[in-house]
Amino acid sequence: MKTPEPKNEKPTVCGGGLKISVCLGSPCLASGAEGVLRALREAWGEKPIAVIGTGCMGPCSRGPMIRIERDGYPTAYYERMTPQAACTTVAAYLAGAAPEQGRLAPDFPFIALQTRVVLEQCGRIDPCDLNSARAAGGYRALAHAIGKMTPEQICCEIGASGLRGRGGGGYPTGTKWELVRAASGRRKYVVANGDEGDPGAFMDRTLMESDPHRLLEGMAIAGYAVGARDGFIFVRGEYPLAAQRLGAAIVDAGKAGLLGRNILGSGFSFRIRLRIGAGAFVCGEETALMASVMGRRGQPVIRPPYPAQRGLWGSSTLINNVETFGCIAPIIRNGAAWFRSVGTPGNSGTKVFSISGDVATEGVLEVPLGTPLRELLAMAGGVSGGSFKAAQTGGASGGCIPASHMDVPVDYESLKGLGTIMGSGGLIVMNDQRCMTDVARFFMHFCQDESCGKCAPCRTGTQQAARLLDRIAAGEATSDDISQLEQLCRFMRETSLCGLGMAAPTPVLSTLRWFREEYENHVRDRRCPAGVCAMEGTPCRD
Amino acid sequence: MPRLTLTINNRSVSARRGESILSAARRSGSDIPTLCNLGGLIPAGACRVCLVEVAGYPRPVPACATRAEQGMVVTTDTERLTAARRMIVELLLAERNHSCAVCVMNQHCQLQDLAARLGIDHVRFAFISPLAGVDISHERFGIDHNRCILCRRCVRVCDEIEGAHTWDVDGRGAASRIICDLAQPWGTSATCTGCGKCVQACPTGALFEKDAPTKKATIDMERLSEWRRSRK
Amino acid sequence: MNVHDSHRADDRHRALERVMQQHRLRPDSLIEILHAAQRQFGWLDRDVLGLIAARLRLPPSLVYGVASFYHAFRLEPPGRHRCTVCTGTSCHLKGGSRLLQQLEQHFGIACGATAPDGSLTLENVRCLGACGLAPLIVIDDEACPHASFGPVVERLTASLDGEDTSP
Repeated sequence: MKTPEPKNEKPTVCGGGLKISVCLGSPCLASGAEGVLRALREAWGEKPIAVIGTGCMGPCSRGPMIRIERDGYPTAYYERMTPQAACTTVAAYLAGAAPEQGRLAPDFPFIALQTRVVLEQCGRIDPCDLNSARAAGGYRALAHAIGKMTPEQICCEIGASGLRGRGGGGYPTGTKWELVRAASGRRKYVVANGDEGDPGAFMDRTLMESDPHRLLEGMAIAGYAVGARDGFIFVRGEYPLAAQRLGAAIVDAGKAGLLGRNILGSGFSFRIRLRIGAGAFVCGEETALMASVMGRRGQPVIRPPYPAQRGLWGSSTLINNVETFGCIAPIIRNGAAWFRSVGTPGNSGTKVFSISGDVATEGVLEVPLGTPLRELLAMAGGVSGGSFKAAQTGGASGGCIPASHMDVPVDYESLKGLGTIMGSGGLIVMNDQRCMTDVARFFMHFCQDESCGKCAPCRTGTQQAARLLDRIAAGEATSDDISQLEQLCRFMRETSLCGLGMAAPTPVLSTLRWFREEYENHVRDRRCPAGVCAMEGTPCRD
Repeated sequence: MPRLTLTINNRSVSARRGESILSAARRSGSDIPTLCNLGGLIPAGACRVCLVEVAGYPRPVPACATRAEQGMVVTTDTERLTAARRMIVELLLAERNHSCAVCVMNQHCQLQDLAARLGIDHVRFAFISPLAGVDISHERFGIDHNRCILCRRCVRVCDEIEGAHTWDVDGRGAASRIICDLAQPWGTSATCTGCGKCVQACPTGALFEKDAPTKKATIDMERLSEWRRSRK
Repeated sequence: MNVHDSHRADDRHRALERVMQQHRLRPDSLIEILHAAQRQFGWLDRDVLGLIAARLRLPPSLVYGVASFYHAFRLEPPGRHRCTVCTGTSCHLKGGSRLLQQLEQHFGIACGATAPDGSLTLENVRCLGACGLAPLIVIDDEACPHASFGPVVERLTASLDGEDTSP
């Protein structure tokens, strides 16, 4: 079998040796990155400077970000650019200077200390240009996989890499692939779960917006490995830019023979279709996601049967998170042993975190699994506006890590031991001005809004728990209310039908575990220690 | 037919392959309470009243939707399960407006029976008391959303057996409502065949026959299975 | 050219029909078709839902059930201006929820509702994934990072006033 190798086509650095990248991720766009790009192109469109729009560079709260690369000089990042400031900076560069104004220090920890595997090309390539992705090694793993490996070998390699599901569950990816590969049935499906519904999580958005081809490549390899010809990407409706770039990437890859019929002349065909979500957190649950892909209400159904046994339209279906698919190409390219060498035993590879809240720099960080939380915080420049109180992980299904456990290595098991979960990677840092019962109340209202309403414990339990938390916030609760809340939460965790309902009580149980004193302040002293809760009768419901 | 053996409440029980724990348990004399389950319909496992404990499983599982497996050890009436069942029924009683004295199904209501069976004499939770609305636009039937527990037996019976799919659910979470066609008055439905199966399937007084204000018959399981057979 | 409303409606119906044909009237593409219909009409009224149900050969209640399940689908006509407040975790911590409450009070409309004169819809969204910009508000598809009450009201009032003077 002939396996054409992807060719390097476009030079990435033009004459003059000056290459300017403007971050066009959605936070930077919201801060005005498009104006910066336009101004730079207008000023130097004809001159020998390469001005390209790229995906996310990481420090979202400092946008619009630009990067300036020049032969013989260290790469420089500039933050909070305006069109004018960007032009002035570049003009200075052309004159041989490297202005200080807005420049991040060369060892800026947020950028310098990252280990980028999944996001390796994010912020480096033009997400709207297939050639840019291919020049950076995109689709080489696909060519290698379908040209030189058997499906069994691929599943084996993924298994040997120790990769675990990045959506939060941590299920071994290789095992899942092998289950689907071994399943009988003529049709099989591959689904990428891009319904990043956890509030405070934006890792998948970053990858889909910044390097859509990475996801497509991972899915195509998966399709080849498990014997599927059809793939779906389920993108959250709140991410229009991700959907747009993915849609364009699918078309481009199809035209280049990297997707669709007879990929790279190998005889293997794989088609990817986009499904745009319509606003339902529960669709992150795999059975609900499948219902949604099939055009139904996103209500979970009882497992087993698992999707690998009976998924879309009754066929065996492989569902992985977007970030999991993002790990596939590097594993195939560099081998399982390499992947295992990153991270810790049992937790191999890296994890992308979106860090936000009370930190100096908010944005997207990729670090080896097992990196201590304290180190992550240091990379983000430390806590802002006060001292560290807690870090919330796992979104609405997760819990808090208190200051006493700041040295916890961030991996699946250690977080579980602290009563929280890795989740998809949202990490919200809170300083001592934040009220933990208010945080619990916020998440319970979120779960109440997002409960699908199918099973009684989740539908009615979240409603009652939210009421109890409202009473606590309003200074109307008694100590019986706390014990009732606790009882109700344990009940929901045990009896709900799906992951949403089972995990909905976690924020409450976790804050009760670490910050019970604060609940008692609200009840006993009718006082909110952080001064967040109004404590003046029942607050308005949103 | 291949058979298998499992243990339910310390008794050895034989079951068909593919049979649910619920059905095997009932045959062996262990009566697991249910609410959203209705023989002949695809189990939804939504009310969670029939949760049972299976040795080696981390969490209780719904007996209606879990298949009996060879060698399974099932317990159906532990203290933990009873507490969970009470909690569910209390939460359902607090969710809408269940006033038995003015309900057509008083004395025939499965929710009421279950509450009695579990010895519920008060509800620990705040009554939410929503204004849920009543629709009596249909010639023969009515629906009182105040008495609805969202078990969706009406939705499923209409879809799976009558094949009309007149009913579905509007919204989600606590705001869920059973709706007819495009959320329109039942009397104006273009798809309703007027068969009355939904009324038969309703475990509470939410769906009722208008001319029988206080004596809606108990659920006619016979007729339901007959319908299902004829559809096959 | 004088574009009559009914002509416009016909165009929209034709566009919707084209999308349905592209999906070969497959029932499993219902959500895609609802998205397309909302793009055409701005919201989903019962006539459109009934039409989609008929074309895809789906029960009307199922179509309504799906449309009402997802928050992105609007079953009421939206206001001419839209103000969306992000209430994700970071935005909540940094005052997004409080901001929403203040806006509700200021404009006298509840979250999710439209002003009686149809000028403004106030709504919330559970995280737009741009947490570095908290609190984030989106006014008529334009993002306002690090929003605060005064400037947002000013901006909304300007859009609402601008509307009055335009022909």
